[in-house]
Amino acid sequence: MTFDLFVLPFFLGLLFLLAVLFIKYSRWIAMMSGPDRVKAGMALFSVGMLKTMWEVFLESLLHRKMFKRNPLLGYMHMSFALGWFLLIVMGNLESRVYSGGHINPPYYPIFLKFFIHDKRVLPFEIFTLPGFFRFTMDLILLFVLSGLVLAIFKRTRSRWFGMKRATKHNKLDKWAITSLWLIFPMRLLAESFTAGLYKGGGFITNSLGSIFDAVLPLQYLAYPAWWAYSTMLGVFFVTLPWSRFMHIPTEVMLIYLRNAGIKQGKYPGSFAELELRACPRCGVCIDVCQMNDAGLNGSTAVYFIRALRENRAEVQLNSNCMMCGRCLEACPVGIDTLGLRVGARSVDNIMVASDFSYLLPQPSVKRKADVVYFAGCMGHLTPGVKNAMQKIFKNAGVNYNFIDKDGSICCGRPLKLAGLKDAASKLTDENTLKILETRADLLVTSCPICYKIFSDDYKLKGMQVMHHSVYIDKLVTEGLLTLQPSALRAVYHDPCELGRGSGIYLEPRNVLKQIAEVAEVAEHGVNSLCCGGSIGELGMNSTQRNTIRDGALKMLCEPQPDVLVTACPLCKKTFDSGNQVAVKDIAEMVAESMTINRQPVNNKELVEA
Amino acid sequence: MEKKARQFGYTITRDRQIDYDANKHDISKIVAAAEPSLNLCISCGTCSATCSAALFTDFSLRHVILLLRRGETSGLAKEVAKCMLCGKCQLVCPRNVSTRNLIIQISKAVIPAQL
Ligand code: SF4
Ligand code: SF4
Ligand code: SF4
Ligand code: SF4
Repeated sequence: MTFDLFVLPFFLGLLFLLAVLFIKYSRWIAMMSGPDRVKAGMALFSVGMLKTMWEVFLESLLHRKMFKRNPLLGYMHMSFALGWFLLIVMGNLESRVYSGGHINPPYYPIFLKFFIHDKRVLPFEIFTLPGFFRFTMDLILLFVLSGLVLAIFKRTRSRWFGMKRATKHNKLDKWAITSLWLIFPMRLLAESFTAGLYKGGGFITNSLGSIFDAVLPLQYLAYPAWWAYSTMLGVFFVTLPWSRFMHIPTEVMLIYLRNAGIKQGKYPGSFAELELRACPRCGVCIDVCQMNDAGLNGSTAVYFIRALRENRAEVQLNSNCMMCGRCLEACPVGIDTLGLRVGARSVDNIMVASDFSYLLPQPSVKRKADVVYFAGCMGHLTPGVKNAMQKIFKNAGVNYNFIDKDGSICCGRPLKLAGLKDAASKLTDENTLKILETRADLLVTSCPICYKIFSDDYKLKGMQVMHHSVYIDKLVTEGLLTLQPSALRAVYHDPCELGRGSGIYLEPRNVLKQIAEVAEVAEHGVNSLCCGGSIGELGMNSTQRNTIRDGALKMLCEPQPDVLVTACPLCKKTFDSGNQVAVKDIAEMVAESMTINRQPVNNKELVEA
Repeated sequence: MEKKARQFGYTITRDRQIDYDANKHDISKIVAAAEPSLNLCISCGTCSATCSAALFTDFSLRHVILLLRRGETSGLAKEVAKCMLCGKCQLVCPRNVSTRNLIIQISKAVIPAQL
């Protein structure tokens, strides 16, 4: 007997799921651009495939990144994912013991204990092949159930799992989660009842079965239990494509495409669609987001992504976000939350792209210098920063051109972050021409926002781009600047665009340590907070921005520093307005504490007005 | 005269009459609904004084807001396009107007009609 009616809810659910997945995947593949499709196809036969498989194992089954966040959270996710995977694999092998190695219909291994009532071989049960499988299968089921217990605890005790706030789920997710949670207890009951009836089963199902047999009329209960188990599987499969659990098949595909070198690209597009579905709504991104401080919990990445996936993203959701990258850093799936937000904005926001022709002719640079300096809009708004840089160049005897001394157009990053890509690219093109015209080897900028777009998007053939903090570090290392230590106690704040955005953490600290005593705060480096002044934000009012600023200031002032040092003119300006502590840019600190070179140095500022 | 005035950072606007009844007042209502801080603006001009775009053009956010409030919106789409969203104005505005979003909202309100 290898068929029974009760397998139908499972079997039909599975067929339905596979059909839906087939349709969805075909649509995404059809939406991909030609070159991307070629890349994806090639990757299938490359060595990179091994890397992909390893990554799928580490992230989708072991949940390594979750473990890093919180071991209990990692264990919970792993027990479900790896446990279920092992149940399927081992169950399949076990079923072949009884079918002489043949492949069986998909429901057969799942409901094996219904079809096969093998007697136990005591006392050496575990040393027989069927006995070994019975033991292992029970053990794995126990593993999954331990995760389930944790998941239930997490509902009310999310703090144990390192999470202050858990995701609020919608109706469909609740259906899906309930069916998922019931699958494994139902399996345990069905197998135990049958084990009790036929004196079979593994170490758990057998013992439970004997107990049940003593108190319950198992002959009436076993069959309904199998029906319930199968139905729960069916419900889960049918809800899966529209629930958070769509992440299970999608994350695998995402890892594969990412390793094939495919980028998010244009929005909306198939990669973005995949990213939206690869989000399991784990909620890790909620706590890290400072928008909570401003009462904008509903705009955090998880809810934004859900709204976008369900085609009901509102302008408010799209424009709220400081693009600080904290969620991106924390996301265990590696979803480009910032790119998606920019994508959604590109649909919302429109602006006539000016051709900026009014900019021409620009004062052209007649003589070549080794270094060009670009203060940026924000650098000009905080004259202390650009003045300090000019002093530093002079003192180090550097031959430089201050290309935006008399102002300049914007670097284009604010427009880009607002989703106005065309307007942004006009600015980047214009600036690129102007910068290349100087024929310098090195472009130094004071603004991390400019630095980010210079390094990411500008095509500055052969010209190196440096943020001033890195440049100063270089000058000091080369002995062109000598710094004097002081008794100041300083805290260094990592600007979002420089730290998480560009990976620069060490150089500003290197420099600052030679001038002051540096105290590290709780949230520094990759975990640094946003100052709240972000040019990536569009929807908040000033009260909300100030609340975020004050929250960050509170944390930064914990070591009671004499001075708060940062490397971004916008952070400086924002923190300054909080009136909590003296705020200085790293360049200002350096300009104040360098030994002034008395020797006549052969340097001139070469820009011609 | 005009040249002299420019040296001191001023321009001279020619005398003209404004017909309030013929102007479009709904646009400013739409914009104020999308960005309520529009109502905080006191036309002080600080934004225009710091504006990156104003270095190269006669673009002035203060003027844009004035035109918007008067309902003289016919040229606004082209006008706000000169803004680069750099954000300097937002940092200096004494009334904490969310200028960047304001500019985007003005564009959204006027562009469909003016393209
Ligand atoms: S965006 Fe990332 S961190 Fe946030 S819920 Fe989705 S998977 Fe989790
Ligand atoms: S980028 Fe920052 S502000 Fe935006 S959702 Fe992520 S953590 Fe929140
Ligand atoms: S600085 Fe602010 S208050 Fe002054 S004109 Fe500009 S927007 Fe209005
Ligand atoms: S954001 Fe626009 S209006 Fe404001 S200063 Fe920059 S260019 Fe001028």
